[in-house]
Amino acid sequence: MTPTDTTLTSQDPVTLPAPEAAPAPVPPPVSPLRAFWAEYRESWIAVIALAVVVLVVLAALLAPWITPQDPYDIANLSLMDARRPPGYVGAEGYTHWLGTDANGRDLLSAILYGLRISLQMGLVAGLVALSVGTTLGLVAAHSGGRIETAIMRIVDLQLSFPAILLALVLVAMLGQGKGQLIAALVAAQYAYFARTAYGAAAAERRKDYVEAAHSVPLSARRIVFRHILPNIMPPLIVVATVQIANSIALEATLSFLGLGLPVTEPSLGMLISNGFQYMMSGRYWISIYPGIALIILIVAINLVGDQIRDQLNPRLKR
Amino acid sequence: MLGFIIQRLLQAGLVMLVMSALVFVGVFAIGNPIDVIISPDATQDIRARAIAAYGLDRPIWEQYAGFLGRLLQGDLGRSFVFNMNVTDLIFSRLPATLELTLVAVLGATFIGVPLGIYAGYRPDSPVSKGIMAVSVLGFSVPTFWIGLLLILTFAVWLGWLPAGSRGPTVEVFGVGWSFLTPEGWKHLLLPALNLSLFKFAMMVRLSRAGTREIMLTDTVRFARAAGLSEWTILRHHVLKLISIPIVTVFGLEFGSTLAFAVVTETIFSWPGVGKLIIDSINSLDRPVMVAYLILVAALFVTINLLVDLTYALLDPRLRRKGA
Repeated sequence: MTPTDTTLTSQDPVTLPAPEAAPAPVPPPVSPLRAFWAEYRESWIAVIALAVVVLVVLAALLAPWITPQDPYDIANLSLMDARRPPGYVGAEGYTHWLGTDANGRDLLSAILYGLRISLQMGLVAGLVALSVGTTLGLVAAHSGGRIETAIMRIVDLQLSFPAILLALVLVAMLGQGKGQLIAALVAAQYAYFARTAYGAAAAERRKDYVEAAHSVPLSARRIVFRHILPNIMPPLIVVATVQIANSIALEATLSFLGLGLPVTEPSLGMLISNGFQYMMSGRYWISIYPGIALIILIVAINLVGDQIRDQLNPRLKR
Repeated sequence: MLGFIIQRLLQAGLVMLVMSALVFVGVFAIGNPIDVIISPDATQDIRARAIAAYGLDRPIWEQYAGFLGRLLQGDLGRSFVFNMNVTDLIFSRLPATLELTLVAVLGATFIGVPLGIYAGYRPDSPVSKGIMAVSVLGFSVPTFWIGLLLILTFAVWLGWLPAGSRGPTVEVFGVGWSFLTPEGWKHLLLPALNLSLFKFAMMVRLSRAGTREIMLTDTVRFARAAGLSEWTILRHHVLKLISIPIVTVFGLEFGSTLAFAVVTETIFSWPGVGKLIIDSINSLDRPVMVAYLILVAALFVTINLLVDLTYALLDPRLRRKGA
C-alpha cells in the first residue's frame, strides 16, 4: 500500500471510478460574481447577516421619514416623557417602543439617527483608509529600495501600536469634530490596508503578466493601478469589510469615552454614554438599546466579512 | 550579527527620538493647561509666575530641548494636577494595570486555546459553532459595551459583584496587589473578564485556524496511519505546531492589552494607568500625557526590537539581507 492509498481510506471507499461514464455535458460558463454568490448562499448565517446589513443601512438612510419623531427638534421634546420605560405611551399619543432618554426623546428615533452618523463615520473613514493605505502599499511594493523600506518600516511600527491608543491620542491632539475624528480613524487604520496591499502586490509583481506589461512598455502608474490593483482587490475587500466595522466600533468607543464626536453629532456611542449614568438606577434601556443596535450592525458586517474571507482562502478548500 | 544588532538599536533609538518629538509637539497643541491649573480669578501676577514656574513662556523648541535633556536623566517632569513626579505617578498606577492585564491574558490563553483546538478539530459540531459564535462576538463587539453588560448583569441586576474600583490590596514588596484576597478577586473578576474577551476570541481563532490547517496535512495522516490515538495527535502534533504563533501573539498582544485596558479601566473606575491617561487628557495634564505616550512608545519599540532580534537569531537569511 502506498501512502496515497492510506489517505484515500479516510474518505468514502465506495467511490470507485464508474466504468465508462458518459462524458459530462459542458456546463455553460458561469460569471465569477454569480459563482461567488452561489457559494455565499450556502451559509444561511452569512445570508441573514447580509440582509441585516442592508436593512440597517436602509433604516439609517430613511430615518427622517420612518421615525415617529425628529429627536433633535427641541419642540418635539417634553420633559414629562423623560426616562420612560419601553412601551410607554407619550404625551403625543404614540408608543415609545424602546422608551425615552433623559430629555424625553424617543429612543427608537434617536437610535436610527445615531445609526446614520455611526455608519457615515465608519464608511468614510474605512474608504479613505482603504485608498490611502492601498496607494502606500502599492507604491512601496512597486518602487522597492529605500522608499519600500521607509514606508513598510513605518507601517509595521504602526501595526504593532494599538489602533485605539493612536486614535485616542490623535483625537486628544486634534480636538473634537467630524473631520478630526475621521482623520484619527484613518491614521489608526490605513496601515492594515498598506500591509495587505503590499503583501499581495509584492507577490503579483513577480508574475508573468506584470513582466509582459513592463516589456510593452507600459508606464509604471498604469501597470500598478490598471494591472496589479484589480488582482489584489479580493484580500483588500475582506480587510475593508472588517475595517469598516472596526471604524464604527472605534468611533463608538471614543465617543463613549467622551473623546469622539461633539455633542451636536449624537452617534450611537454617545447615546450609550449618555445612558450609562442612569444604568446604576436600573434604567437600563437608555444605553442598552443603542448598544444593541450598534452590536447588530458590527456583528452583521463581520459575519459578511468572515464568509467572504473563507470563500477567498484557498487553503480551506479541499 | 553584531552589526545587525547595532543597526537595529540605532533604528530603535531614532524611532524613539522621532516619537518623543511628535508626542511633545502633538501634546503641545492641546489646549492651554494654564486655564486648568490656575483658577480664573487669579491675579495677573500669579498667572505670570505660574507660567514661568512651569516653563510655559519659553518657545516650544526650547521646552522640547529641556524636556529631552531631563528625559535622558530619567526625569519626565511633574504632573500639573497631582503635583508629583510623573514617573512616580505612573509607576504607582502600574501594578493595578499589570495585575488586570496579566489575569486577563492568562485566562484568555488557558481557556481560549483548548476551545479553539476543539473547534478546529470538529469544525462542524454544534459545540464548535457555539464557540466560534462567542469568539465572533468577542472579536467584533466593542469592549466598552461588554463592560456595560457585565456591570448591568452582575452588579445592578444580580448584585453579586461590585461595579467598579479596586477593593482592598495586600502589600507585597512595597506594592499593593488585590489578587491575594477574596474581596480583591471580587473586584478584579469583572474588569478582567471584560478585558480578556477580545484576547480570548483571538486565541480561539488562532488555534482553530492552526488546527484546521494542520489536520489536513500529511503529518496528521501519517500519524493516524501509524496508529496514534487522536488524543495523542492533538496533544503532541497539533498543540506543538500551533504553539509557535500563539506564543508570538501572546507576547505581542500583552502590549496591546495595556492599551485596551484604557477602556476597561475607565468603565470600571479601575485605578490603573489607562484611567490615568484618560483623566489627564480631560484635565490637559500635559506632562502625564507625554510621559505615558513616551513610555508606551518605548514599550512597543522594545517589543519590536526583541521580536526582530529573535527572528534574526532563528532565520540567518534576515541577518544577511540586513533590511
